[in-house]
Amino acid sequence: MARPSVGEIWQWLDHVPDPEIPVISLVDLGIIRDVAWEDDLLVVTVTPTYSGCPATSVINLDIQTALREKGIDRLELRRQLSPAWTTDWLSDKGRVRLEEFGIAPPQPAGGPERCPRCGGNHLEKLSQFGSTPCKAQWRCCDCLEPFDYFKCI
Amino acid sequence: MAEVDKQALLQFLLRMGDNTLVLGHRVSEWCGHAPVLEEDIALANTALDLIGQTQLWLGYAAEIEGEGKSADDLAFLRDVWGFRNVLLVEMPNGDFGQTLMRQFLFDAWHSIMLGRLIRSSDRTVAEIAEKASKEVAYHLERSADTVVGLGDGTEESHNRMQAALNYLWPYVGEMFEGDAVDEAMVTAGISSDPGQLREEYDTLVGRVLSEATLTIPESRFAHKGGRTGQMHTEHLGHLLCTMQWLPRAYPGCRW
Repeated sequence: MARPSVGEIWQWLDHVPDPEIPVISLVDLGIIRDVAWEDDLLVVTVTPTYSGCPATSVINLDIQTALREKGIDRLELRRQLSPAWTTDWLSDKGRVRLEEFGIAPPQPAGGPERCPRCGGNHLEKLSQFGSTPCKAQWRCCDCLEPFDYFKCI
Repeated sequence: MAEVDKQALLQFLLRMGDNTLVLGHRVSEWCGHAPVLEEDIALANTALDLIGQTQLWLGYAAEIEGEGKSADDLAFLRDVWGFRNVLLVEMPNGDFGQTLMRQFLFDAWHSIMLGRLIRSSDRTVAEIAEKASKEVAYHLERSADTVVGLGDGTEESHNRMQAALNYLWPYVGEMFEGDAVDEAMVTAGISSDPGQLREEYDTLVGRVLSEATLTIPESRFAHKGGRTGQMHTEHLGHLLCTMQWLPRAYPGCRW
């Protein structure tokens, strides 16, 4: 089989969903840092979101499964810690999908811009931490619904 | 790298990793028991970050040690005298206020320390610090907020926070004690002299505790022996008993 191009592999990876927030892909999340061929070995460089995130091992497994299904048999995953993952790397498509899913996307100001349900902007923080390491809990004072906010780091 | 430096680096990495391991385990003891759901989640997330950081520190320690061990081997198969964490993090949880006071006193040191380590001459140390410091910024924000909320809260919460501070303050000094290991790390440009962190720490902690209407005890007496491994409190043994029993009872088991 002809060796698939790096661009093609990026597209495949853009179809691998994040295990905890399946509306966005691993590419949307910004954790795939590099895809490169080293002779006939495909090297995918991945950075963790949070150092203790339990999804990390599932993510690695999902990448391997997806690429092996496409016929890649010589594959290596490399962990890269630096530069540390930042929510600046979330794709624009990913940010839109997060909000549609009910998770307010990260903002440089450090809090959500609006309620992902009603669009209200009277918001209060409930906790710096949420249902996964990457999220915080907020509440909308207009519709009174609590919601997840994707923390900006 | 010279042999003596390698031994010192190993000790330094064990100190970093054992701090996060022991505190991470302590905090995880709250899982399912915290006063409200949000706090339960926050504590579990903090513990998770700390355990994640432990994997990085102890993973690197095992690599430097060069005996083919893993981070898990170091976490689960060392006995109490092999641990190099400061005594503060092995102190029991007490009530919720004491847990958060301990967290704040550690987070403040941790954030300052990691800020220095980002500029470490050792690339792996710098990378771990860069990653961890982002997480610890959140820990500090939350523990400081909670210390202020409870300290400047009701009479009951204020008294409990003052009691927690009085109890834990004698364990603060150990974080700033230097020894030959630290000297070797300073010489190699890997870490800073612990004593040099004190001024920044006192400023940060002083500001938050003052906002919390709490009084810092005057005595600078410091219990020590944790980070050198000379003498831990009896609490650590009990903690390890819970933490280590499974891999010790079923050696090599996997799930």
